[in-house]
Amino acid sequence: MPFQLPAEVPLSWYLILSAILFVTGAAGFLIRRNIITVFMCIELMLNAVNLTFISFSNALGKVDGHIFSFFVMVVAAAEAAVGLAIILTVFKNRATLEIDEVSSLKL
Amino acid sequence: MFDVPLFLTFAAIAVACAINLVLQTHPISSALSLVGVMGSLAVLYLLLGGQFIAAVQLIVYAGAIMVLFVFVIMLLNAGAEKRPSRRVLGAAVALPLLFTAAALGAVMITTQIPKTAAVKFGAFQLGGAASIGRELFTRYLLPFEVTSILILIAILGAIVLARKEI
Amino acid sequence: MNFYVLSLIKAALVAVVLLTLCAYLVWIERKVLGHIQLRPGPYRVGPHGLLQPLSDLIKLLTKEGVIPANVNTFLYLLAPFLAVLLALTSIVVIPFGPEVEVFGVRTNLGLTDLDIGILFILAISSLGVYGIAIGGWASNNKYSLLGGLRSSAQMISYELPLALAIAAPLLIVNSLSFREMVMGQQGYWFGILPKWNIFAAPFPQIFSFLIFLIAAFAETNRIPFDLPEAESELVAGFHTEYSSMMFAAFFMAEYANIATICFVATSLFLGGWTPLWPAQYGSDFVPPILLGGAGLMLLYHASQALRTRKWDRYSFPVLGVVFLGLAALFLVPALKPVLVPLFWFAAKSGILIFTFVWIRGTLPRFRYDQLMRFAWTFLFPISVVNLLITGLLVALT
Repeated sequence: MPFQLPAEVPLSWYLILSAILFVTGAAGFLIRRNIITVFMCIELMLNAVNLTFISFSNALGKVDGHIFSFFVMVVAAAEAAVGLAIILTVFKNRATLEIDEVSSLKL
Repeated sequence: MFDVPLFLTFAAIAVACAINLVLQTHPISSALSLVGVMGSLAVLYLLLGGQFIAAVQLIVYAGAIMVLFVFVIMLLNAGAEKRPSRRVLGAAVALPLLFTAAALGAVMITTQIPKTAAVKFGAFQLGGAASIGRELFTRYLLPFEVTSILILIAILGAIVLARKEI
Repeated sequence: MNFYVLSLIKAALVAVVLLTLCAYLVWIERKVLGHIQLRPGPYRVGPHGLLQPLSDLIKLLTKEGVIPANVNTFLYLLAPFLAVLLALTSIVVIPFGPEVEVFGVRTNLGLTDLDIGILFILAISSLGVYGIAIGGWASNNKYSLLGGLRSSAQMISYELPLALAIAAPLLIVNSLSFREMVMGQQGYWFGILPKWNIFAAPFPQIFSFLIFLIAAFAETNRIPFDLPEAESELVAGFHTEYSSMMFAAFFMAEYANIATICFVATSLFLGGWTPLWPAQYGSDFVPPILLGGAGLMLLYHASQALRTRKWDRYSFPVLGVVFLGLAALFLVPALKPVLVPLFWFAAKSGILIFTFVWIRGTLPRFRYDQLMRFAWTFLFPISVVNLLITGLLVALT
């Protein structure tokens, strides 16, 4: 039997897409060394979570998932403002963006 | 009628951009890949009936947060990562674990979510600005106000951090 | 008629008109600036330089597109494409006229109507900065980089007053859809003064309109806020390295942005296609009188025959007849309901576009710190106060 595309997108596809994006973000968080890229990987993970919220909101027919992802976006904006300010300060003091070199508290 | 092709197209773009984000060595390429992910996610939100959240995704995420990222990258004139990561061991252990977790998650999703659960385009009508606004200013009023305080604190923090003396 | 066929026809029409408009905005700008500075402007190609855009197009098409060494080629080529794509996208939600019947087909004048139309415009315009920022960064040139940096900071800063200025009329009309926005501005106070948002009931939105206009100048990188391409400091800013069609794309994006933001201002504050005074006092006859007057004037000048200008001997009679024909079109009963709203929409947008050029010919450029201080210490506070007053008055009434 040849593979048949479904007429409508199953809910599980959205969730699997979200899982793939989340894992990609987590992998980037682990293997990258540039602070800014690491920060962007966190944003990618937040986006993946938002997709899950909205898919479930659609499945349950309730608006709450949208509200939650709205709050996630607001928190992400606040986080970006503070995080980028920290990155700027780190760069000013250390002249580096490599996360491994910002380790003077390490024994 | 166009649901499945649209979903597949934009899901493919999102995954490709996400992988590109991780693999690129230059932060600005990563940032633009992330904008690509956000744009395709906005289209998926539209397919899920979330008009308002799709617009907010573009305005707040792609239009403000990512512009700030690009701005900082350009301001610091950040170059590509030069040396390969020293965290090889961590990556070697963590990555297989992560992908196992993802595979487990996928298996759980496919077995737990009923096969009949499908996203019907146009069936979800609550994604407009009116219904979200009503919910946001009644049931979620307290969290909403708390968020505004959070943003105020974030602004103060950013100003303090960006001062010259530190 | 089939929905897809109709949409394709409308989209093709709007695309052709918008692209021609972009080309002729350059001519209008050069002509108006010329007259402001007491010189004729483009004059050689065609009558009164009317074919200048065509010649510019041929020139730019046939030039070599240089890709400098050490640029990031992919991003370098992506930037102008992105700029022009985003600039042309936002036109889809603008309503040009009411629902009309043409040749037995009922349709809205306008491409589509989204429930979140105004958010859509904000989203697209907030993405517009990427074209400039990427172009500036990918050029690998310090002047381009500074231009890109300035533009991203400037656009983030001016996005705030722009959004707050848009929010105030939303409170009065209670909708995010452009069509409902314009429908909410129909009617006349005392039967004569239009109920446009700048004359709205609890609190006239004249301040929002002015804030919107000022922020729009910054969003479209126009003088007095054209810091990203300040010639005296940055050579040509973000497009220093660009040549040929890539440069033309940036240029076209700028003019498409101006046109779109004027359309948005017209729909939000000036009542869209609503006439300045009610039809029962003869506002329908304004377009034929204006166009017919222009045609008669051209014919009169043709009869005077200014022999020194070679072109005018032929172009004045031809253009005069064309204008008279246009005026006659407005009197055809079948076409009148389509053309009259389009005329009013075009007239209001045209005045706004003229204002853009006029201010370019009048004001000097701001300094960068002045630009930022103006946004954060003046424009942002007054737009918040304006929004609060509007909200309070709407809540009380």
